Amino acid sequence: MALSNVLEPAVSGFNFENSTRNTVLENGSEEGKIKAPKPMKTGTTIAGVVYKDGVVLGADTRATSEEVVADKMCAKIHYIAPNIYCCGAGTAADTEKTTDMLSSNLTIFSMNSGRNPRVVMAVNILQDMLFRYRGMIGAHLILGGVDCTGSHLYTVGPYGSMDKVPYLAMGSGKLPAMGILEDRFKGNMDLEEAKALVSDAIHAGIMSDLGSGNNTDLCVITKEGVDYIRPHRESLYNYKRQAKYKYKPGTTPVLTKTVNQLELVHETVQMMETAGSS
Amino acid sequence: MMISSRVFGDNGKVKEYHYTGPVEHKFSPYAFNGGTVLAVAGEDFALVASDTRLSEGYSIHSRDSPKCYKLTDTTVIGCSGFHGDCLTLTKIIEARLKMYKHSNNKNMTSGAIAAMLSTILYGKRFFPYYVYNIIGGLDEEGRGARDTYKAGGSASAMLQPLLDNQIGFKNMENVEQVPLTLEKAVQLVKDVFISAAERDVYTGDALKICIITKEGVREEIVPLRKD
Repeated sequence: MALSNVLEPAVSGFNFENSTRNTVLENGSEEGKIKAPKPMKTGTTIAGVVYKDGVVLGADTRATSEEVVADKMCAKIHYIAPNIYCCGAGTAADTEKTTDMLSSNLTIFSMNSGRNPRVVMAVNILQDMLFRYRGMIGAHLILGGVDCTGSHLYTVGPYGSMDKVPYLAMGSGKLPAMGILEDRFKGNMDLEEAKALVSDAIHAGIMSDLGSGNNTDLCVITKEGVDYIRPHRESLYNYKRQAKYKYKPGTTPVLTKTVNQLELVHETVQMMETAGSS
Repeated sequence: MMISSRVFGDNGKVKEYHYTGPVEHKFSPYAFNGGTVLAVAGEDFALVASDTRLSEGYSIHSRDSPKCYKLTDTTVIGCSGFHGDCLTLTKIIEARLKMYKHSNNKNMTSGAIAAMLSTILYGKRFFPYYVYNIIGGLDEEGRGARDTYKAGGSASAMLQPLLDNQIGFKNMENVEQVPLTLEKAVQLVKDVFISAAERDVYTGDALKICIITKEGVREEIVPLRKD
């Protein structure tokens, strides 16, 4: 007797079977054209700089959904490990989940080996994953951290490319930010100089790029620890409204009102095992 | 079965997931330069307001490019959309105003300008001017239109509902419906643009309000977010 159903093993990676159907739907006839939902992109400026004692990372805090600002205070500097942080540009969901996954993997490694993770490990894990997904995961990341081999700054692109650099900017505002970095970067800066440089680079991105804006976050990573400054520089634009727009109760018209009395039909009590009880 | 994901896209072109903002594949005669315009009128005044940011994609061309153009002492027009068409359209309107003045020995009234604009725009029905127009002005007797308002441009969808509520008193009950005064209208326009600049990337830098009363046209400039 033949089995009526066969268990299919889960296939890893993305399933591209629907790509043909999606293209046909999107480019279909005039009446039948269907617009695919657009993912929320962060439209960002992120930057990082290696200085004398460690790494300074910076990011703006605006998340846009095409032309509308979706979040005015989103956090783009993600925690990976106690000594490694990652700034993410690109699709918001992709950067969040990729960095979360990376962080979990590195925590498991730390527990297994009893050592702090190294920045190269984080970069290799990211590269493997992003290359496997062939650029479908829109995550443009800047990884910075300090480990036993020194301070490192890497960038990982959505297709899996990697670059190790002393200073870097990514996102839609990277060109204005890169201008500032190219002008003022020098090796072995001290802390205040490095913080001012990254902050000004992000500020240039915020002013010149429409996809970046609002506040600037900074993250300083050294051998001793991490200083996550959120926000480092607040947006100067706090224009007050001239009137109060409040509505008194009774402003919204009530059309109908139905009240359903809930009847108590049956009551059961179940004892739960808790840690405190014997 | 491995499917290459890069082959899809129109004409077999590779679809790039770039970071530079909107991507154009074919030659398009239009560009979108952003900007929001707003007009409000009361019993004896009219005002036309616009932001002053000119943008394209994710970049800013200019922070000081207002979109209200004064046509006569009683009429102001606000144009936003494709900047090239805005400039050409206002040039054509100004030329037509001069021609009217020379042949009829008087200025065009607001209503006449609006009617003329309608025919000018329809004349290019099959290759349109990509411009959102709003005309604000007083009629021959110096009267405005009571409690009227209209928003156009990139943040219009954000401004229009609030104006419907605050000026048109829509969706509210048990509220005293006071007629709109000039001070309240100016204050509302300023507040509404501050909010639009918070959430629309194409609106910002500064707000220019042209206030039309029987004394003439007066301008007010208010700073907005620059980021």
